[in-house]
Amino acid sequence: MNAKSNLYRKEKIYGFLFILPPLLGLLIFTLYPMIYSIYGSFTDWDGLGQMNVIGLSNFADLWSDELFHKALFNTLFMMLGIPIGITLALLLALGLNRGVPGTTAFRVIYYVPVISSLAAVSIMWNWAYNGDYGLVNQFLDLFGISGPNWMANKYTVKPALIIMAVWKGLGYTMLLYLAALQSVSRSYYEAAELDGANGFQSFRHITWPMVRPVTFFIIVTNIIGGSQIFTEMNIMTPTGGPEYASASVVFYIWQKAFGNFQMGYASAMAVFLGVFIFVVTLIQFRMNEKQSFDVD
Amino acid sequence: MTSRRRITHTIIFVLLSIGAVFMIGPLLWMLSTSFKDKQDVFALPPVWIPNPFHFDKYSEIWEAGPLLSGIRNSLIIAVTVTIVGTFTSSLAAFSFSKLRFPGKNKIFLLMLSSLMIPYPAVMIPQFFMFSKLGWIDTLLPLIVPGLFGNIVMIFFLRQYLSSVPNAIIEAAKIDGSSYFRLYSSITFPLIKPAVAAQLILWFMGIWNDYLSPIIYLNSPEKQTLQLVIANFNATYAIQTDYPLIMAASIIALLPMLIIFLVFQKQIIESVAISGVKG
Repeated sequence: MNAKSNLYRKEKIYGFLFILPPLLGLLIFTLYPMIYSIYGSFTDWDGLGQMNVIGLSNFADLWSDELFHKALFNTLFMMLGIPIGITLALLLALGLNRGVPGTTAFRVIYYVPVISSLAAVSIMWNWAYNGDYGLVNQFLDLFGISGPNWMANKYTVKPALIIMAVWKGLGYTMLLYLAALQSVSRSYYEAAELDGANGFQSFRHITWPMVRPVTFFIIVTNIIGGSQIFTEMNIMTPTGGPEYASASVVFYIWQKAFGNFQMGYASAMAVFLGVFIFVVTLIQFRMNEKQSFDVD
Repeated sequence: MTSRRRITHTIIFVLLSIGAVFMIGPLLWMLSTSFKDKQDVFALPPVWIPNPFHFDKYSEIWEAGPLLSGIRNSLIIAVTVTIVGTFTSSLAAFSFSKLRFPGKNKIFLLMLSSLMIPYPAVMIPQFFMFSKLGWIDTLLPLIVPGLFGNIVMIFFLRQYLSSVPNAIIEAAKIDGSSYFRLYSSITFPLIKPAVAAQLILWFMGIWNDYLSPIIYLNSPEKQTLQLVIANFNATYAIQTDYPLIMAASIIALLPMLIIFLVFQKQIIESVAISGVKG
């Protein structure tokens, strides 16, 4: 008995020791800075002088800051790419799931943009969106459409970024759906067919509910990722685009924090972003709980 | 029935092929541009296959900017972080999965929920922490946090470890193996494939990272490859030297493309699992 409890005590010590590095990392590099961000958001922190607590005045300024509103609107607007990407990816996955020849090759090709460096891809699309010589407008030319100078036009710069984001992320979403589709048992479809269900009905009542957890996962991760969009605008529109039409929230935070040294103000935006992500994730989890059901 | 099936298959194949052209077309165009002469890129209608091929941009880029030091810096960061970080992460995953200690599940839940905290929400205080240490414009702020481990990796390895029977571990415990040996000679060999796939994904993530390098690195010779090519773009777009920019970007893209093509089966499998389990 004594030997056993001794063994257990040793296990407690080693067990804790082995998880200590990531736990310390979490405390030092995530939790402590996060608490500091929250504190900083209530101060006039400028990175040099003393930090004075100024209450909610940063948040009050955010309320009336037009550039922040624009950045927030742009960030939300660009999330329109999420449903587009999900729809296309699901269609592709349904197609690939039927066992057409070349499935492996298609998977690899659609996945190449995902592994490509976002910086390189942004540079490439920036050139592809060139008004006179870009690939996109030359393609549109084939159909007699004369395309705009995408990145310099305040109405087209966001759609241009959405197209690029869908292109870049499609392979990833498709892969997740494909894995989910492959785990759906054939017997459901056979039973539905016997009951006289058509293709659409099978999709509506079997496929869609069965891939629901994956859809949920994709929406949550895409919203979290989409609300932090930065690299594209930093490379393609270094000034935030025509009339700030392509600046994102993180782009604005970055400008304020490391360009203007308004650390307190930037922290307030960062806190806002963190709360936004937290709330969205929470809502998503609640909705998923309510609507999910077991087929078994 | 079979002929109808063949028709649907053909239609699907054609649609998938059109999609594939859209996916790969822009990248091929990028490659084609990099082999063109500076003037040829403005040819209308566009030329897809340069005539003749110009390879000189691929020798010019090494002089036109700190590309070589960019590659070196990116490699230093990615290799150090993934090797040390994979060790700490897999050790922690082993502990979370196979050892008993109080508070285990609470700590794990805390780690998982911290994934919700976006990097921008911590980057400003982090910047001041590292600037107090005098680490600005060094690679250290990009290396040190990763050495402590990666929570995503811990999560997936823990999932993977749940398929390793506890009996093996328990038997070794009773035989008096040390806890580190339980990890190093029994557990680690069993989860090697999962570790490798996670390591590759993490390596790619670090290689392609942009926001944290742009915050910490100012001097050109300290910058990572991604920042170097972004600067190429900013500098040479004014001179409309697109072949040069595209050649540099191809260089930045190529290593990950090669890794992907070599390990595509493992990468695709482990990504596919992430959705089902996550």
